[in-house]
Amino acid sequence: MLFRLASLLVLLLIWQLGSSFAGPRMLPAPLAVLTVIGAEARSGALFLNLGITLLRVMASFTLAMALGTALGILMGRNKAVDRLCDPWLIILLNLPALVIIVLAYIWIGLNETAAIGAVALNKLPNTAATLREGARALDASLDEMARVFAMPFGVRVRHILLPQLAPYLAAATRSGLSLVWKIVLVVELLGRSNGVGFEIGVAFQLFDVTRLLAYALPFVGLMLAIETFIVQPIERHVSRWRPQRA
Amino acid sequence: MFPAGDRNGLEVVVTLKAFRAASGETRVALRDVGFVLKPGEVCALLGPSGCGKTTLLRIVAGLDHDFEGRVRLPSPHGLGMVFQEPRLLPWRTVAQNLRLAGASPETGLDEIVAALGLADHLDHFPGELSLGLARRVAIARAFAVRPDLLLLDEPFVSLDAALAMRLRAELMALVETHRATTLIVTHDVEEAISLADRIIVLSGAPGRIIGDRPIETPRVALTPASAAVTRSELARLIAQGGA
Repeated sequence: MLFRLASLLVLLLIWQLGSSFAGPRMLPAPLAVLTVIGAEARSGALFLNLGITLLRVMASFTLAMALGTALGILMGRNKAVDRLCDPWLIILLNLPALVIIVLAYIWIGLNETAAIGAVALNKLPNTAATLREGARALDASLDEMARVFAMPFGVRVRHILLPQLAPYLAAATRSGLSLVWKIVLVVELLGRSNGVGFEIGVAFQLFDVTRLLAYALPFVGLMLAIETFIVQPIERHVSRWRPQRA
Repeated sequence: MFPAGDRNGLEVVVTLKAFRAASGETRVALRDVGFVLKPGEVCALLGPSGCGKTTLLRIVAGLDHDFEGRVRLPSPHGLGMVFQEPRLLPWRTVAQNLRLAGASPETGLDEIVAALGLADHLDHFPGELSLGLARRVAIARAFAVRPDLLLLDEPFVSLDAALAMRLRAELMALVETHRATTLIVTHDVEEAISLADRIIVLSGAPGRIIGDRPIETPRVALTPASAAVTRSELARLIAQGGA
């Protein structure tokens, strides 16, 4: 923890030094950025844009996780589905995010459905591929045990399937969250009139680096906070049965 | 060809069970194995390793449908099974493992937990248990669902002799009090004699029945002399079948 703090302080120092070399137009000093953050926060615009972007992140993340998990399990358990969908998955995995986003805006229109759908479609193949591995690694002996003891479907899902998939879900969540929020900003830049991505687009047109950083940094902080205070505790909770390593 | 069984007993007829070996050739695991267990009968399936005992048990458990023949389970057929490995859910505590299988205070869970000395371990995760304790939990799970048919697959395999003996005594007491129709797979003559009312001996692969004999009950009344006779007789049968 102490090292992290020290590391961040060094980064701030480099930033400050860089600012005095490059000049405030190219790289404004930390304090200047903080002032703009304060101003935007007081006007309410910062929270509004952060909130809108966060909602888009959550919506597309949930959509991609739900559909990707279902598809991944299906592909991991059923050879025919796997053979059918595997090439599609590879194409989708290698299709640039930008292509999906632009196509979605052209085909569906410049609206929220296209924005969230495009982001979800970018994340979906990654989730499906991860969960397919999880479904392939399922322990057949526990499945037999459940059949012998005639455990109901709901019990099998909750107590046998999900605990085995938990590490794969966690991996997909971690990589997914960071991927999704980065793509959401692009989607906002290209076709939305609010959100952090839109504000960064405006700052780009005005060549206003201070404003750009004033929107980017709080959002990075927000995503880090979600990772640290929500994702990690959940992960610790579901893996508490594992023997602690010394 | 095979006698029809009691409504509440277990009837097993396997005319042929074959499987494809890794080498690609088809091997016969079981041929013309048929028997009927009376309700409450405790029967040991004894035979050399690789004779298809476990395969037969899996067929009875409904885990293997790829065979010729038929299985009629006791009705209503609540099933309890102890696998060769404990097969507990590592992410659930001992108590949750027992409950999720269908055990409850109404089915006598508390008594069985006490009888097997598991009361202090209910909140532990399986990873925190010794192999002997994990085995006990698996046994408790099978009994605590109050099964009509109980299947035990080498319940003491890979335990050291002293532990196996102690656990066998506890299992004997449970079998005695619960009286479910029971099928025990084992390659250990001692284990078969001490637990079963009846012993069916299978030959080496492909498994056929080469002996079917009752064991005097109560088993504790078995004199050392008569036990020795039974033992040598069974040993001879196994030697013949395996050859």
